[in-house]
Amino acid sequence: MSLHTISLFVENHSGALSRIAGLFSSRGYNISSIACGITENPTISHLTIVVSGDANILEQVVKQLNRLIDVIKVKDFHNEPVIDRELMLTNIHTTKGSRQEILTLINTFNGKIASASSSSIIVEMSGTSSTIDNFITLVRPYGIKELIRSGKIAMAEAKN
Amino acid sequence: MKMTGAQIVVDALIQEKVDLIFGYPGGVVIPIFDALYGAKKVKVILTRHEQAAAHAADGYARATGKVGVCLSTSGPGATNLVTGIAAAYLDSIPVVAITGQVSTPILGTDAFQEADMVGISRPITKHNFLVKTIKELPCTIKKAFYIAGTGRPGPVLIDIPMDISKATLAHYEYPKEVIIRSYKPNIVGHPQQIKRAASLIKGAKRPVIFAGGGIIISGAHNELLELAEKTNIPVTTTLMGLGGFPGTHRLFLGMPGMHGTKAANYTLHNSDLIISIGVRFDDRVTGDVNNFAPYAKIIHMDIDPAAISKIIKVDIPVVGDAKNILTQLNKIIEPGDYAAWNRQVSKWKGRALFSYPKSKEEIKPQAVVEAIYKETKGEAVIATEVGQNQMWAAHYYRYTKPRTLLSSGGLGAMGYGMPAAMGAALGLNKPVIDIAGDGSIQMNIQELATISLNNIPVKVVILNNGYLGMVRQWQELFYNKRYSSTCLMEDNTCGECKEPEKCRKKYVPDFIALAKSYNIPAFRAEKPSEMLPVLRKGLKIEGPAIMEFIVSREENVFPMVPAGKSLDQIMEEK
Repeated sequence: MSLHTISLFVENHSGALSRIAGLFSSRGYNISSIACGITENPTISHLTIVVSGDANILEQVVKQLNRLIDVIKVKDFHNEPVIDRELMLTNIHTTKGSRQEILTLINTFNGKIASASSSSIIVEMSGTSSTIDNFITLVRPYGIKELIRSGKIAMAEAKN
Repeated sequence: MKMTGAQIVVDALIQEKVDLIFGYPGGVVIPIFDALYGAKKVKVILTRHEQAAAHAADGYARATGKVGVCLSTSGPGATNLVTGIAAAYLDSIPVVAITGQVSTPILGTDAFQEADMVGISRPITKHNFLVKTIKELPCTIKKAFYIAGTGRPGPVLIDIPMDISKATLAHYEYPKEVIIRSYKPNIVGHPQQIKRAASLIKGAKRPVIFAGGGIIISGAHNELLELAEKTNIPVTTTLMGLGGFPGTHRLFLGMPGMHGTKAANYTLHNSDLIISIGVRFDDRVTGDVNNFAPYAKIIHMDIDPAAISKIIKVDIPVVGDAKNILTQLNKIIEPGDYAAWNRQVSKWKGRALFSYPKSKEEIKPQAVVEAIYKETKGEAVIATEVGQNQMWAAHYYRYTKPRTLLSSGGLGAMGYGMPAAMGAALGLNKPVIDIAGDGSIQMNIQELATISLNNIPVKVVILNNGYLGMVRQWQELFYNKRYSSTCLMEDNTCGECKEPEKCRKKYVPDFIALAKSYNIPAFRAEKPSEMLPVLRKGLKIEGPAIMEFIVSREENVFPMVPAGKSLDQIMEEK
């Protein structure tokens, strides 16, 4: 089992997403994350799917994705240099004593404060998944009230 | 031109040269049926169940090579199509299924007779559409026919809400063509890959051609024959490929797999090169995948890139249309020296590909199929149901032309045969024989009404053994003869059956009386001496006929490779 980041360009209309998701679920594969949004062309959506599974079977899934009428282009970013980012929002419990330490951490990780109250801070952060994982590990002891992640978006590195 | 949605549907069918559809009306499709009423160029065959409409469209498509069309209402009408759509999907058959849907403002509200057909049919269609505005209707229908009939064919469902059928489009014009940017099937095989295949074939010592339904879909039977004869390489075809290569040819090995011939299975197992064309390495063909053809390199020609290396790792893939690839290959092919191999293969073939113990007391089901073959001089179109009847129809009738065997191979849908035969007979305008078991035939028995009223020349041959025979065979061989729910004569007085061979219970229904109530001529043979006369009577009649043969009850289909075993582990008749 290995983690794969699959990038898909698809027709921007209803039904496309369920077709794509169906190819994974029919094999019993759980999609770890899925991020979907519009591209520079409004008739085309882009999806980034992160899924773990057997490499041979995922190769098959990619072929089957290609076969879907709604799918314009598929790429498995396995073993390829990519730029990937995730967005996270988290609401962290703060006290008078902990607030300064938390602010330092947010600053170190280039996070932003999206909202704050006397007892909590909502942090907005984008970065690679592992950076965000690290941040979460460090702030967890202070108390995480709520945390959501957007799922990864990915793009091949710029080439000459 | 100004037209309603329903009129557009009918006009689009005419533009697509559809002259026959199979359907069943209901609330939300009344506008479409209304537009069809009196339409001169499209005939509607009213089936008695939507499943039969889907199978009939499928049978029509398999027999004629054209796209088959079925039409049903929303909800239960549409869900009844599901088995038929799935059967077409698994065998790559071009079918367009049009379903009515509740009006767009109430979509998703659990309205009366609402079912999410786009959701339900997603995994069993090549593609599907929900039409949300009348503007997109013409183009959607065009796309549906294009997608269904090109590349690797398959069923496409169009879900049309009632308000779309009733709406009016001010300027209707049926599009001449459609371009779908994400759908461009690759027809032309890559010349470099074909060259590599040719050189592998020349260097092989023990090659075999393994051809499937792709040959028939692509119409590549002549090219396949040319390849085999030029190289003298033996040929095995899957169930779906029967008729794609002449069943009477000296190079023909019969079909491989679970109920394949010894010759085909040993040849595949011992081969050093498998030239596979339009096959998908179904588990009923490969047996134990890890032990499939352990010594062979594999060339795989298929139009569907997703079929390549799906089950079996392939050495040389060639993506494209079988006819195109074989035409290219035949131009450059040079045979190697396979003399020793061919001697070995003919030893495996022996005198006959299949044999069964003859009987004077009982009618053997195999004998019935053999007799059909002789009586029709091998020129009939045969549909089958699913189970033992299907395997005997595959073994003892020798198909020499493509599109002459119509059988639900992938899905294995019981109840397929009679409606498929109906669709085929109407499409070909000639008789079609349905080889059926007494179990399967009851799954769509209501279609006797359709056949009778439309005088469709379907000849139903019922091989009656009083069992769901294939499951009973498995129970005999692998479940210690515990015939759980497989005896069709079992009634509420039976209890555990100790001596099924001594059972004299009456069979229900009486197929002859049933046929009579449908006004269809029917004949029964109970003894071997009655077999031929009954068959001749039934075949001679113009229009439909039923021929029932009371066959030996516990006859098994042999040879057999038990599920999960490799192809060299064949069980034969004791």
